[in-house]
Amino acid sequence: MQRRDLGGLIALILVVLATPAAIGNEYYLGVLIFTAFNCLACIGLCLLMGYAGQISLGHGAFVAIGAYAAGIFTVKLGWSPWGAMLAGAGITAVVAALVGVPTLRLKGHYLAMATLGFASIVHILAVATVDLTGGPSGILNIPRLCVFGFPLDSDIRFFYFSWAAVVLGLYLGFNLINSRVGRGLRALHGSEDAAASLGVSTAGYKIQVFVLSAVYASISGSLYAYYVNYIDPGPFGVMHSVLLVTMVAVGGMHKLWGAFTGAVLLSLLPELLSFASDYLHGLGIAYKSDYDILIYGAVLLIIMLFLPQGVFDGLGSAARRGRQIVRR
Amino acid sequence: METAESRTAGKILELENLRKVFGGVVAVDGISAGIDSGSVTSVIGPNGAGKTTVFNMITGFLAPTAGSIVYAGRPMKRLKPHHVASLGIARTFQNVRLFPRMSVLENVMVGRHLRSRSGMMASALLPPLLRREEKRIRREAADWLHFIGLGAHARDTAGSLPLGSQRMLEIARALALEPELLLLDEPAAGLNSRETLAMGEMIEKIRSRRITVVLVEHDMELVMEISDRVLVINFGRIIGDGTPEEVQENPDVIAAYLGE
Repeated sequence: MQRRDLGGLIALILVVLATPAAIGNEYYLGVLIFTAFNCLACIGLCLLMGYAGQISLGHGAFVAIGAYAAGIFTVKLGWSPWGAMLAGAGITAVVAALVGVPTLRLKGHYLAMATLGFASIVHILAVATVDLTGGPSGILNIPRLCVFGFPLDSDIRFFYFSWAAVVLGLYLGFNLINSRVGRGLRALHGSEDAAASLGVSTAGYKIQVFVLSAVYASISGSLYAYYVNYIDPGPFGVMHSVLLVTMVAVGGMHKLWGAFTGAVLLSLLPELLSFASDYLHGLGIAYKSDYDILIYGAVLLIIMLFLPQGVFDGLGSAARRGRQIVRR
Repeated sequence: METAESRTAGKILELENLRKVFGGVVAVDGISAGIDSGSVTSVIGPNGAGKTTVFNMITGFLAPTAGSIVYAGRPMKRLKPHHVASLGIARTFQNVRLFPRMSVLENVMVGRHLRSRSGMMASALLPPLLRREEKRIRREAADWLHFIGLGAHARDTAGSLPLGSQRMLEIARALALEPELLLLDEPAAGLNSRETLAMGEMIEKIRSRRITVVLVEHDMELVMEISDRVLVINFGRIIGDGTPEEVQENPDVIAAYLGE
């Protein structure tokens, strides 16, 4: 791992430690817990998009598999939450390999199409297989996760746990990127032919990283199920997959910190918009929450137009330019 | 007089009746040739003659329609490019294909891929155990950069180098594989005369390491200077084969080049 990333990770840990005391509001803590789930899924997706150059429009489905595995194995089969989470990760890995092997052997963005179809299949299954998934009414009473005998029964505990998972996810991601395997991945993103000519098994690497990124998504889904203790098919539609891809692209897919930034920004944006609407109401302007989607779209458009490398790199280079001007 | 057996033993690569048809177009029409171990062989011919197609078949990027490729006495059948690389065949590309976002040193480090082993799980979970291998890769890659003369640019972004240096870097990256056979696809294309001269010297230096070099090249001065042997291809067939002097005298070759 590079020193700069290690520094960033330590800074993140400090911010996480200080956050609950700083905001002291259960609702916002909850928002930040959902942010952590999105971060985790986006870190995995970034490994696939930014480092291996493949797009998956089905990561919402892997989140769903993780969540439903957590629900089904604990509630219907009485497994421990940890065992259910592992089983979910295992199932996800197998399913991802089944989707990835035929599509990733081909050159080009076949994975995006295959995963888009896959995402809608999983969503339909979640709605239709009532005996297994509870159908539209979902699964209730999913147990809590226990860590070293402590049940994660308060938002503060779950906040720390979920962000610890994000830190771990980033740490593993950074290790991978800065290794022989990570170089191979970046190489195949740079030029698939050149990478292959140097002995990098391009198809094999793409499949491996796709499986890994799906497992990240699956774990984030399991954590989601253990936090809200209730799941239904609602949050796992195809749009959730698109949202995850958007988060990674907005933040900047070529760096894990970029994907992280995008996940945090877009997870918090709805909250910021509701702040704004309160403020506008105060000014006597009728703001309807329907407008959210407009503003949301405009923000995305502006970012993609003016910061095509993503917010993280874009702001970084803006800061460098600012410093140069100041020095002069 | 050499016996047939000793001749085979000295050949690192043998092409037998190699053919490639794209749709209705015959790109390579029955090429047979043996490449002597340790030699420098140039493949020349007009554009579209099938030279790069031959390279792509040898390196596994294209499957031959018919014919066979025997490398170091082993027939190569339906191998993927990364598998071909693992047998000790390295190549460069006609349009330089670097990893532009990676540093110059990292580009060469990718060339050490097959000479190192760590996998995905170990890389993510146990990086301290791999630190040694990582250090070794870095050191060996730096050695190859020095060999090629780009040691001072190790930290630069590969995409920012001038073309001459990019071609050199691509060769350093291929050499890091420690190949026995190096295929260079137009190494001097786009280079100025000074850079071309340096390229010629570099190929001599590579040969002195007992690496067999086969190059496709249009710069005749370079070809005539460094080659032990020249193969001339036109319309997918060999029309001339011999030392640079012999080929220059060959009437078929002269006709092909002057467009009789």
